Amino acid sequence: MDRRESLRTLVMGGMASSFFLSSCVTDKESPIEEGDIIEEKQGYGRTPAEIERDEDLMSETFFTEEEMAIITSLADIIIPEDEESVSATEAGVPEFIEFIVKDIPEHQLPMRGGLMWLNRESSKQFNMPFVETSKENQLKIIDQIAYPQDFEKTSPGPTFFRRIKNLVVTGYFTSEPGIEYLDYRGNTPNVWDGVPEQVLKKHGLKYEEDFLKVAMDPANRGEVMNWDDYEI
Amino acid sequence: MSFQIKKQPTKYDVCIVGSGAGGGMAAKLLADAGFKIALLEAGPDFDPANEEQRTQLRWPWESPRRGAGSTRPFGDFDMAYGGWELDGEPYTQNSNTEFSWFRSRMLGGRTNHWGRISLRFGPLDFKRKDFDGKGDNWPIGYEDVKPYYDKVDKLIGVFGTKENLPNEPDGFFLPPPKPRLHELYIKKGATKAGVPMIPSRLSILTKPINKERGACFFCKQCSRSCMAYADFSSSSVLVKPAVETGNVDLYVNAMVREVLTNGEGEATGVSYIDKEDLKDYEIKAKVVILAASACSSARILLNSRSAHHPNGLANSSEVVGKYLHDSTGSSRGGFIPELLDRERYNEDGVGGMHLYTPWWLNDSKHLGFTRGYHIEYWGGMSMPAYGFGFNTQALKEAIGDTSRNAYGTGLKKDVKKFYGATFGMAGRGESIPRKDNYCEIDVNTVDKFGIPVLKFNYNWSDEEVKQAAHMQDTFEEVMHNMGAIPLGDKPGKESNYGLEKPGKIIHEVGTTRMGTDPGSSVVNQYNQAHDVPNLFVMDGGPFVSQADKNPTWTILALAWRATDYLIEELKKGNV
Repeated sequence: MDRRESLRTLVMGGMASSFFLSSCVTDKESPIEEGDIIEEKQGYGRTPAEIERDEDLMSETFFTEEEMAIITSLADIIIPEDEESVSATEAGVPEFIEFIVKDIPEHQLPMRGGLMWLNRESSKQFNMPFVETSKENQLKIIDQIAYPQDFEKTSPGPTFFRRIKNLVVTGYFTSEPGIEYLDYRGNTPNVWDGVPEQVLKKHGLKYEEDFLKVAMDPANRGEVMNWDDYEI
Repeated sequence: MSFQIKKQPTKYDVCIVGSGAGGGMAAKLLADAGFKIALLEAGPDFDPANEEQRTQLRWPWESPRRGAGSTRPFGDFDMAYGGWELDGEPYTQNSNTEFSWFRSRMLGGRTNHWGRISLRFGPLDFKRKDFDGKGDNWPIGYEDVKPYYDKVDKLIGVFGTKENLPNEPDGFFLPPPKPRLHELYIKKGATKAGVPMIPSRLSILTKPINKERGACFFCKQCSRSCMAYADFSSSSVLVKPAVETGNVDLYVNAMVREVLTNGEGEATGVSYIDKEDLKDYEIKAKVVILAASACSSARILLNSRSAHHPNGLANSSEVVGKYLHDSTGSSRGGFIPELLDRERYNEDGVGGMHLYTPWWLNDSKHLGFTRGYHIEYWGGMSMPAYGFGFNTQALKEAIGDTSRNAYGTGLKKDVKKFYGATFGMAGRGESIPRKDNYCEIDVNTVDKFGIPVLKFNYNWSDEEVKQAAHMQDTFEEVMHNMGAIPLGDKPGKESNYGLEKPGKIIHEVGTTRMGTDPGSSVVNQYNQAHDVPNLFVMDGGPFVSQADKNPTWTILALAWRATDYLIEELKKGNV
């Protein structure tokens, strides 16, 4: 049985565990079992042209070290560490932002300009670049742009803040620790048998009796469909 | 570079251009019947179980762009190699018109990422002109296609429920999955608004139908193409077994330039460019089947000019490329307050919605438009990807939450609290096919292979705009009745009520329409060209009208019907 065959057997036999997710097993004669050696394979299903594009983007650097330092401190202000989960930096958000502005170039100018604006504002108010000023002073500026008056909403500071906040949030919640914190439970082989009973109850909802008679039954879902007594 | 044209030595019984739904079906049936087939695909080989190509069950962080749509229009993990723009393969527009042409270049074509919505056309859908006087009737009716829908259901598999609705015929249905929580909420509101919601009809195996394909394991990722072959992709379900018969030679990366003809005006094969070595090749066959997608097949015909066929092949009617039509689409998002801070469980389910709304106003005469639409729904606790969380502030404002959580731990908690409480509805409607919506050859432009490209001319009419306005009113009424909060502004007249641009719903059909009159149609009721008896078109091109139904199931049924006819004709020696 080749590797692909063993993957299929797992999935078809309903024996799949989270064990093989995003991994592939080395060739072996029997289906995968606990303790098998999993060989992480490079890549995420790219075509040759996509691999080339990724490599090109990876080989470039967009942000300067100074800009990255501001992004890093902003990222952790926007999503700090707390008792439940790690900080944006620990979740790899600055690296994601460096990549995404190369991948989606519309971000480049507003990000660069916004960082510049932030430093100027910091110099103006506190005579120091953003990263060198105290945490207290940093938060004073952030509060101005995170909670703008209505008339300020379209000015450069708040506009920049919305963009970097979006990138930090999306980068965080698409990272491994971010998804763990969010408590998304899917992306794994399972048998869907409807909304859990206690949840239905809580929402005052239930499935219709007539529907349940024809709905998929987890007990016989492995049997090949038989049309002998089926009429339309 | 050598300009010598290479001829493939084998003479085939049938040469099929395109490996999507229609081409895959023809290949499977003809190969099973023992004919020698050349199957040409303009893209690379593809198998979702190939570890090098697999995107199913991958996590967002495996992609450096977290699944953003910068390389693939529906995101990194979507299984369409292509999109609305292809490098070196442009198309053009007549001024003041806009059509977006989506092409998937890979074995199985667009069937690898489609929504698996598998709806039969109903009796009304084939004869709309009888009821509203617009467009044209099909030369066939539901009773002609029904036996083939039945066969397609059993061969490929589709879940659903018997509902006994006159224009939504029941089929051989696998058991449907239970609805998700937001779908139950929407149903509550829809019922109050008089809008029906019934279990979806999707070609996803909730039970196995044979030993070759697995059952669904509920990852919601059919758009990534299933490694267990539990959803319908032409490559996995039709082409794979066809090739296993030994009767099919598969030519991938083969970009067809034109259909070749002899002095008598019969098709003799095709000419193609191998995208690897950029050389020209010829394949000879007794019969040619075009199934390259509606617009690609029209393009090949229009580019196949000869003394016998000065307007292009099979085009004495001059309607090749005409009557191009796509589904209409308009959508709205909303928010369900009761789902704030919801309890977590794995809610992935199958790819796509578990409930949908079929068109419910067939008998209504006073809507201002005559063709209907169905409604698709999304929502639930889905896997995050690029763009996740962008709407956090908008959601807070929508529910009047003025707490100061623009950053910090409060923001983190807000994102978690709002997760899984948003949902959306999208109408997909029937447009009226019109002769002045068309594609033609742009004589001034070629692609990187030197093949003249298509130029589009397409405008929506008032009918489609009014239909979109009706969709928006319906969405708001349902949301109101379910206690949901609509998000954003309601699209109004200035945006055509959110009506998507033609081509965006990717259901384009009609360019080689069927009919009994060779003067106003391209193929007969068996998808056979009136002008060239050994030439067939088996994609969406032969559709006279597209109903509000996604075209795939009808492409498959018609391809089966046409192939049955072709096999008889081959046996009789008529082609």
